Amino acid sequence: MHAQQFRPHDRFVLWQLYIALAAVFLGVIMGFFQALERMNIDLFKVFGFASYYQGLTLHGVLNVLVFTTAFIGAFLTYVTMRSLGRPMASYRLTALQFVLMMLGVVLAGWKMLDNSSTVLFTFYPPLQAHPLFYVGLVFVVLSSWVTFLNIALTVRAWQRDHPGETVPLQAFLSLVVYLMWFIASLGVASEVLVLLIPWSLGWVERTDPQLARTLFWFTGHAIVYFWLLPAYISWYTMLPKQVGSKLLSDPLTRLVFLMFLLFSVPVGFHHQFVDPGVPVMWKTIHAALTYAVFFPSMITFFSVIASLEMAGRARGGQGLFGWILKLPWNDPSVTAQLLAGIGFMFGGISGLINASYNLNQVVHNTSFVPGHFHLTVGTGVFLSYLGISYWLIPALTGRKLWQPRLGVVSSWLWLIGVSIFSRGQIAGGLEGMPRRTWMAAATYVLDAWRIPNMMTAVGGTLMFLGAMSFFTVLLGTLFLSRERVTVTMPVADIITPPEAASPIFTRQLGLWVAVLVVLIMITYGPYMISYFSNPAFVARGLRVW
Amino acid sequence: MPIERFEKVFIWISLLLLEVFFVAVLVAAFFGGIQLPAPGGLVDPEQLANTPPFDQPGVRQVGDGQYEVVMIAQTWQFIPGEIRVPVGSTVTFRITSRDVLHGFLIPNTNANVMLVPGQVSEVTTRFDKPGEYRIICHEYCGIGHQTMFARIFVEPTASETQARAQEE
Ligand code: HEM
Ligand SMILES: [Cu+2]
Ligand SMILES: [Cu+2]
Repeated sequence: MHAQQFRPHDRFVLWQLYIALAAVFLGVIMGFFQALERMNIDLFKVFGFASYYQGLTLHGVLNVLVFTTAFIGAFLTYVTMRSLGRPMASYRLTALQFVLMMLGVVLAGWKMLDNSSTVLFTFYPPLQAHPLFYVGLVFVVLSSWVTFLNIALTVRAWQRDHPGETVPLQAFLSLVVYLMWFIASLGVASEVLVLLIPWSLGWVERTDPQLARTLFWFTGHAIVYFWLLPAYISWYTMLPKQVGSKLLSDPLTRLVFLMFLLFSVPVGFHHQFVDPGVPVMWKTIHAALTYAVFFPSMITFFSVIASLEMAGRARGGQGLFGWILKLPWNDPSVTAQLLAGIGFMFGGISGLINASYNLNQVVHNTSFVPGHFHLTVGTGVFLSYLGISYWLIPALTGRKLWQPRLGVVSSWLWLIGVSIFSRGQIAGGLEGMPRRTWMAAATYVLDAWRIPNMMTAVGGTLMFLGAMSFFTVLLGTLFLSRERVTVTMPVADIITPPEAASPIFTRQLGLWVAVLVVLIMITYGPYMISYFSNPAFVARGLRVW
Repeated sequence: MPIERFEKVFIWISLLLLEVFFVAVLVAAFFGGIQLPAPGGLVDPEQLANTPPFDQPGVRQVGDGQYEVVMIAQTWQFIPGEIRVPVGSTVTFRITSRDVLHGFLIPNTNANVMLVPGQVSEVTTRFDKPGEYRIICHEYCGIGHQTMFARIFVEPTASETQARAQEE
């Protein structure tokens, strides 16, 4: 009965998923070109791109603005319906979320492809893109707000029908993710709507680049948790089922997500440690708070490993690590997520360095940073999303996954590739190799960067092959797979139910949001007030590419 | 909330670890002499030619072994593009951008700061080894970004040069 009601929504979910995967397909090709460029192989020219930087703009925007946002919108809409056992509250909103995403991608994509907006995914002014580039990004964000609204309305409708009951876990987590994202996105939304669009249209002549950076990074740190948390939803509530285990604790999972809600936003200045316009005191406060957001990730690490270990031992695994071998490594969805977790662990360690107050001064804006985040978002998040796609695409299309073996291989290729790639980028960064740089044309290359660049190219090629294997499986499933299957969302059984904990962890979301608002006021308020007493609207737009 | 025993232990260890990091940050910030770049003031990027000190970019000695370098970053060069200081100098760079965002990185030192139009960046570093250093722009600043750098020649002092000459 449900399946019937879900179908109209699912159609948009599937199309939005296609947008996400198409975006990352092109994005990954750009990444491959960037990697090869480090060995003086210039495919950008061969394929008619205007420059390395045009490709890099596409790479950043498509991979981390479009792919992530579109995927999360599709995935969590799907999850919310299954978790609550009811269709989304509004069919119109489900349709609107897709239409906005589509429009946004078309506009921003067009303006990147015509080289009028080669400003990279951070679009720092006074580099000035075409107004439609900014409008396109606004549509992408608006689409995510529509998803938020729809999920919130659906949860509320469920609550009305189930007075006094606790909202089911997966829907609750989805709502927390979007709540956090909505609040976090207000920074970049105000940057683009208030500062950049009027300025790019010529209505105001000058803008304030420092203020724009601060607004951007208000969102820019939290956004990585917006990408990560949907993967955590899968690791906590789905992966245990896929490996034959259980989720340890419902309330602890909720608490972890609520901690992310609190701590993801008020730490944005740690991306601005070396900005001239931010007083040292604020940098110190955010630096110290940054460690708070490691805490929920460490609990996650424990909970997920514990649940995996239970599965491995139940399948006859012995010894300290023997259980790992007994996990169902032949399942491409499981393998992708396990390897995502491994990559993410190393990413987390390099992140500690990155975030630490004084070491940041050595690595800021060097290739250390891409080395780090290809492990976190590029592997922890990306491989998890691929892992989810391995069951979600069959679930939505009814087609059996084509060549699952190749799916398993794809994740291994990626992990091996990214290990080499990131090792190279991190080593180069420690030797002062700058990021975002067309290395083949650079006039100051140091000898110490030669081997790091080679590792980047070799690792990047393996990553590319891994990603292409994924897309082969995907296209094979869509066009060659004849067998019909019914796949449903994996939902793990829970050992400790929500009723075991105080309702503060399961219900009183409003209270948590109130605390978050107070935290933001403390960590940003005084700085913002003093900044506005003396802003620097001094920069005209420039097009220098 | 009921929490499994091992998990409880793990949570306490995590908390302890984070506490240690937390304290380390504060110690580094207040006692360790670690200094992140502080705001160096505001400036109108279109008026640099008549705004001291940016009307006269260059190197000035400000004390014994102490130098100040006033620099302008613009697409795609640093002005001045070459600096000479004696070995053992402590150099304070005062830099601003005339146009877009730029970066300022001297590999193998702690000098790493963003250059934002309208803001003056300040960074101080010490050069203990003679040789050629590079200032590299590490923020995307347009199509010529990969060509934007400057050179610092850290010269051996007169007595060192003599000593070396005698060795040879
Ligand atoms: C074949 C796979 C990939 C390769 C070879 C690759 C390669 C690279 C390289 C070499 C850079 C550094 C460019 C520079 O600093 O000049 C880079 C930047 C970046 N990559 Fe990837 N990448 C791949 C996949 C991904 C994926 C899957 C994601 C995220 C989902 C991602 C996100 C990013 C981001 C956000 C940047 C920063 C862009 C910027 O600085 O503006 N990459 N990539
Ligand atoms: Cu520059
Ligand atoms: Cu540059």
